[in-house]
Amino acid sequence: MGIFNVLIVVCLGYVALLFIVAFMAERAAARGQSSWLRSPFIYTLSLSIYCTAWTFYGAVGYAARSGLEYLTIYLGPTLVVVGWWWMLRKLVRIGRSQRITSVADLISSRYGKSNTLAVFATLVAVIGTTPYIALQLQSVTLSFSSFAGVEATVPPFGDRNAMAFWVAGGLAFFTILFGTRNLDANERHHGVVMAIALEAVVKLVALIAVGIFVIWGLAGGIEATLAKIDASPIGTFTPSAGRWAGLTFLSAAAFLTLPRMFQVMVVENEDERHLRTASWAFPTYLMLMSLFVVPIAVVGLELMPAGANPDLFVLTLPLSQGREGLAMLSFIGGFSSATSMVIVAAIALSTMVSNHIVMPIWLWLKEDGGTVVSGDVRGIVLLSRRVSIAGVLALGYLYYRISGGGAALAAIGLISFAGLAQVLPAMVGGMFWRGATRAGAMSGLAVGFFLWLFCLLLPSFGEGVVLSAETFQNGLGGLAWLRPQALFGITGMDPLVHAVMWSMSLNTLLFIFVSLLTFPSPLERLQGAQFVNVFQHSGATQGWSGGVAQSEDLMVMAQRILGGPEAQSFFQAEATRQGLAGFLPEPIPDFLQRLERKLSGSVGSATAHAMVAQTMGRATVSVDDLLRVADETAQMMEYQSQLETKSEELARTARQLRAANEKLTQLSVQKDAFLSQISHELRTPMTSIRAFSEILRDTDGLQQDALRKYAGIIHTEAIRLTRLLDDLLDLSVLENGQVNLNQRDGVLSTVIDHAVAATGAGAGRMRIRRTALTEAVPIHTDLDRLAQVFINLIANAQKYCDAERPELTITVQNRGASVVVDFIDNGSGVPREAQALIFEKFARVSEQKAGGAGLGLAICREIMARLSGSITYLPGQGGAAFRVTLRTIRTNAAK
Amino acid sequence: MRRPRGPIFLERRSYRQRRLRDAARFLPILGAGLWMVPLLFALDGVSSSTSSVMLYVFGVWVLLAGLSALLSLGLDPQPGPGDESAPSDERAD
Repeated sequence: MGIFNVLIVVCLGYVALLFIVAFMAERAAARGQSSWLRSPFIYTLSLSIYCTAWTFYGAVGYAARSGLEYLTIYLGPTLVVVGWWWMLRKLVRIGRSQRITSVADLISSRYGKSNTLAVFATLVAVIGTTPYIALQLQSVTLSFSSFAGVEATVPPFGDRNAMAFWVAGGLAFFTILFGTRNLDANERHHGVVMAIALEAVVKLVALIAVGIFVIWGLAGGIEATLAKIDASPIGTFTPSAGRWAGLTFLSAAAFLTLPRMFQVMVVENEDERHLRTASWAFPTYLMLMSLFVVPIAVVGLELMPAGANPDLFVLTLPLSQGREGLAMLSFIGGFSSATSMVIVAAIALSTMVSNHIVMPIWLWLKEDGGTVVSGDVRGIVLLSRRVSIAGVLALGYLYYRISGGGAALAAIGLISFAGLAQVLPAMVGGMFWRGATRAGAMSGLAVGFFLWLFCLLLPSFGEGVVLSAETFQNGLGGLAWLRPQALFGITGMDPLVHAVMWSMSLNTLLFIFVSLLTFPSPLERLQGAQFVNVFQHSGATQGWSGGVAQSEDLMVMAQRILGGPEAQSFFQAEATRQGLAGFLPEPIPDFLQRLERKLSGSVGSATAHAMVAQTMGRATVSVDDLLRVADETAQMMEYQSQLETKSEELARTARQLRAANEKLTQLSVQKDAFLSQISHELRTPMTSIRAFSEILRDTDGLQQDALRKYAGIIHTEAIRLTRLLDDLLDLSVLENGQVNLNQRDGVLSTVIDHAVAATGAGAGRMRIRRTALTEAVPIHTDLDRLAQVFINLIANAQKYCDAERPELTITVQNRGASVVVDFIDNGSGVPREAQALIFEKFARVSEQKAGGAGLGLAICREIMARLSGSITYLPGQGGAAFRVTLRTIRTNAAK
Repeated sequence: MRRPRGPIFLERRSYRQRRLRDAARFLPILGAGLWMVPLLFALDGVSSSTSSVMLYVFGVWVLLAGLSALLSLGLDPQPGPGDESAPSDERAD
C-alpha cells in the first residue's frame, strides 16, 4: 500500500471526522446544550475562514514571487478586526436586529427592500466567488497530484478532473446536509461552524508544524533563517507604495464584503460580545498564519529544483525531505482550508441565490396560487437552497474545467477580492449615512462592477481571449482613453491597483453624487434611520438564555390571544412532548414554531412572528414585519367595517320592516274603523228613510202635510246619503291618485271670492275679513279643486265657530316660492287632543254639531297633496286656524 | 426630534469607558499608520533587508493584538442608553 492510498484513507477519515463533529454539534444545539458551541473562541476560529487554500498554499508562492507583499492581504483584515468598534460592532448589531441573511440582503434591506439591488449584489457575489471556488478545487487536486507524483503507479494528470468532480460533489453533499438543515430566521448552522472551527485549528497547526520543521529542521534556527532570508532573491524589501497601501485597503474591504466572511462574522454570530475576544484573538491567528510563510518560501526557493511550483512548497518541501507524515498533515491543512471556504461560501451564496433570485421567480410563477402559506414555502426554500448549493459548486467546477487550472493562485484571489469590494461603498455608506439612496447604491455598484469587469477580470484571461490584443493596445473601439489597463490615459500603473483605484473611486463618487441628487422612498428612509441609528433603536441583544422566564412571558401572551384553557392545554402538551412536568416547556425552536403557527391562526402570521420574536427578545421587529402586521390589521379592519356596515344595514332594514309592519297594522285598524264608520254613517239615513217609507206604505189616511213632511225627510236623507257617497267616491279617487287635475292660470282672490260666494258666508251673520291687496297672487293650479278646499274651510268655520260674533280672517302671504293662505276664526278652536285627528276620515270634533260625514278635511288634505301643497292646523291663533300652503314656482316659471 | 443630552460630566467609571472606546477607535488608525512606515524606507531609495521589515511588521502585529486584548478586558461592549455619542444630524430628519 503506497503513500497515495494512505493519503486517501487519511483524507476520508478526516472527512468522516468532520461529519461526526458537525453532527454532534447539531445534536448538542438541538438539545440546547450548546454553551460551548457559543464560545467566543469558536467564533474567532470560524472567522479564520478568511484563510483559504489561497493562504495556505498561495501565500508561500506569493512570498516567493514578491517578498513581503503577501502580508498586506492579512494586514487589512487585522485593521478591520482591531477597529471593531467602528464597523464590525455596528454591522453585527444591524445584522442581528434586522435579521440579515447575506450581504445582498443587507444592501437590499438598507435601500428599501429593493430586490433589484439584491439581485445585482448576488450576481456580483456569484461572479466574484466562482473563480475562488475553482481555486480551492484546483488547490486540492494540485496537492493530490503532488503526492501522486511521488508514486509512478498513479497517472499524474488523467484523474485530476475526476478528482475535482468528486471533491466538489462531496462538498456539496456536506454543505447540503449541514447547511440546509434548519431554516432558522437567523440562519445559524452550528454543525458547519463547529466543523470549520476544527478545520481552522488543523490548518494553523499544520502550517506551524511545517514552519517549525523548516526553521529548525532545515534552516538551522532563527538566526540562520533570517540570514537565509536576506540572502535570498527576495532579500531586499522593495515595495511598490501603491500596491502595499492598495492591497491593504482591498483586503480590508474584502474582509467586510466577502459573502463567506459576512456569513460567519454576522449571520452566524451568537453574541456581540464575541467580537471583543475576536478583536485580539483573530489578529493573533492571522499573524501566526503568516509568520512562517517567508521562511518556508526562502527555504523552498533554496532547496527545491528551479521549476518547482512555489505555490506548493508547503507540501512539496516536507515531501522532498522524506517527511511524509508532516506532508500528510500539511495536505490535511490545505484540504481543510479549501473545504471550509467552499462550504461556507456555498452556504452564503446559496442563501443569496435562493432568497433573491430563485424564490422571487418561484413566487412570481406561483402568483395565481394565492397567499403565502408558511408550511408550503418552507419546503420550497429548503429545496431551492439545496439546488443553489449544488449549482454554486457546479459553477466552480465548470470554471475550474474551463480555466484549466493554469493561472497563479494569488492572481485569482485578488481579482475576486476587487470584484466583491465593489459592494463596500453601498454597504458602509448605508450604515453611516442616512442620505444614501437606492439609486446611488445602484449606480455606484454598476459602475464599479463594470470597471472591474473591463479592467481586471476580462484582461485576466489574457490578450486575445475575451478582449482582443487590439483593445489592449488602442482601447475599446479604438478610443485611447478606454484602454483596460490605462483608463483615461493614465499609464504605468500596476494593473490591479489601477483597476481597484478607478473602480472604487468612481463607484464611491457616483454613489455619493447620485445619492445627493435623488430622493429616497419612505421605506428607504425608515430603513436608513434603522441602520444608521441602530444603537438607539435596538436594545442589547443576548443569546438564548433564561428559558423558563421567557416561557412564562410566552404563556401570558398566548393566554391573552388564545384564551386561558386552550393556551394552558397547548403549553402542557408541549411540556409533555419535551418530557417536562407542568405547564412551561423550554423555548426551543420547534416549540416556538408551533406556538407561532397556533397564534397565527388568531392574529395572522406576521403579527404572531413579531409577537413571539418580541417576547423572546431576540430581534427587534423589522419594518417589513410592521408592514405585514399593518397589512393584516388593515385587512381585519376592513373586514370588520364591512361587517359593521352589513349589520347597520340589517338594523336599518329591520327598522323599516318594523315601521312598515306597524303601518300595516294601523292601516288594517283604520280600515276596520273606516268600514264600521261608513256602515254607521250609511245606516243612519237609511234607517230613517226605511222608517218613513214604511210609515208611508203602511199607514192609511195620512194628512197631506204629514205626507209631505215624511216625503221631505226621506228626500233630505236621500240627498244626505248621496252627498256622503259622493264624498266617499271623491276621497277614494283622490287617494288612489286617479284624479285628473285641470290646471289653469288664475288669481288667488278670484278663487277666494268664489268660495265665499258659494258658502253664502258674505251674506250670513259671519263677518269675513280679507285684505284684497295681498290676495292678488297669480297661481297655476286646479282652481276648482282649490276652491273646494276653501269652501270646505269656510263652511267649517260657519258650522263650528261658537263666538258671539263669528268672524273669519283670511290672510294671504306671498313667500316667493309658495303662497300661504290662513283661515282663522275667533271661536274656541280645535282642542289640542283633537288637532292630530281632524284630518282623518270621519273625524268630528263634537258629535252634537255633526253636520257632515267628517270627510271634508280628509278630502281637503288629499286635494292639497295632489296640488303639491299642504293643509295644516295652525295652533295658537285664538281660534281655529287652518293654513293652506300652495307652491307658486310653476306659476312663476309659466310666466 | 432632539434627544436630551447626557450629563456634561460623567462619573469616573463612565469616563473611563468613554476613553477606552476612544482608544478602541484609535487603534486601527495607529495600526494603519505604523504599517505604512516601511514604505518610507523605500522612498529614500535605501533598500532595507526583508528580515528587518518582517520583524517590524510582525512586531506591530503583536503590539496591536496585545493592545486590543488589553482594551477588550476593560471595554463594555454594550453601552447603556445615552452613552452612544452620535452626531446630532443623524437624528435630524
